[in-house]
Amino acid sequence: MPDSPDAITEFEARIAAGETIEPKDWMPDRYRKQLIRMMSQHAHSEVVGMLPEGNWITRAPTLRRKMGLLAKVQDEAGHGLYIYCGTETLGVGRAELVDQLLTGKAKYSSIFNYPTLTWADIGAIGWFVDGAAIVNQTMLAKASYGPYARAMVRICKEENFHKRQGYEIMATLAAGTPEQKRMAQDAVNRWWWPSLMMFGPSDKDSPNSAELTRWGVKRKGNDELRQRFVNLTVAQAVAIDLKLPDPELRPDPATGDWHFGPIDWDEFSRVVHGDGPLNRERLAARRQAHSDGEWVREAASAYAAKHTAAAAPAAA
Amino acid sequence: MADDGTPAPSDGQWPLWEVFVQPPRGEPFEHAGSVHAVDAESALQNARDVYTRRGEAVNIWVVPTAAITASTPADSGPFFDPGNDKPYRHPQFYSVPRGVRV
Repeated sequence: MPDSPDAITEFEARIAAGETIEPKDWMPDRYRKQLIRMMSQHAHSEVVGMLPEGNWITRAPTLRRKMGLLAKVQDEAGHGLYIYCGTETLGVGRAELVDQLLTGKAKYSSIFNYPTLTWADIGAIGWFVDGAAIVNQTMLAKASYGPYARAMVRICKEENFHKRQGYEIMATLAAGTPEQKRMAQDAVNRWWWPSLMMFGPSDKDSPNSAELTRWGVKRKGNDELRQRFVNLTVAQAVAIDLKLPDPELRPDPATGDWHFGPIDWDEFSRVVHGDGPLNRERLAARRQAHSDGEWVREAASAYAAKHTAAAAPAAA
Repeated sequence: MADDGTPAPSDGQWPLWEVFVQPPRGEPFEHAGSVHAVDAESALQNARDVYTRRGEAVNIWVVPTAAITASTPADSGPFFDPGNDKPYRHPQFYSVPRGVRV
């Protein structure tokens, strides 16, 4: 069916009625394209997100921390696969999507272009980055596209562990020696603002937001989600005596929200467009990992071919 | 993927398998997602690693995606109609005397 006005009206009526759109349903070409872009970008973020944390697996301070971090990084790989599998239902192959990541054609979340300098950064990532991701993904669990929404439900269930392990790391450091506490505060200072940027530009400056909202992919605006994250996090920081690095942070009695200072969108734009601290290193590491895995793919294919050949005479 | 449902790599990536998992306590199998794998055995292992990291399942099925025959959304009206116009299949269709719990 072409994108006729009638078809689009019927499609939008289904979304307005709260129905989910499933892979074989008719959908406007633009809806399909926007979903492929958004979902693959999300999947790539899960995959690239393993890199800053993988950096610390061998240096985790205790076995307990190491087990937790390994399990978290393994989850991120799984989350990437859930979303790639959802994206494939839109008629695009995973190999093609991975290729777009490796050639730099596709984007991933800019937050992963910042370095993990100390162990406290692992705590800050779990607390802030996964905390922000949960706020965003809880909203996406109600997205109009069924496979995306279902992948989000699965991911949200698992990510609460990520956030809590991060917060526990920060709480432990904050209650430790003065040096440990300084390390925790330094990580908070570096990760707070990039975490707020994760929600994307203000809705009025976000080119894709209006369309995604109209089609029920996004149910809440970037600013609303960002505010929700700030409101949730302030009390958590107070509880472990760490300061969020924003002199303007104060409760706003009129709205009941925490007012926060202006975000440096120039920095955001620089990092999105490839000039963050680690953009090149992250892509190089992904390409290396992909080519290092070539022998595994070859071996599995050879194994399957051998078994197919062995089974063939019996089947004939 | 071949027409008879036999997995065969087509575009340089491994064939796709749909994954169904059965939660503990006798619940029915539920679709979890999909995996790429060279054969059924490795599809099972991949499905275990991807979809059951926290004891979510006691059984897994993997099925070549091409082996699934599905209803067509565009025809869902007439296709499901035989069931939709028979209210007498529901208990609420039948009236009972007031005050009696049936």
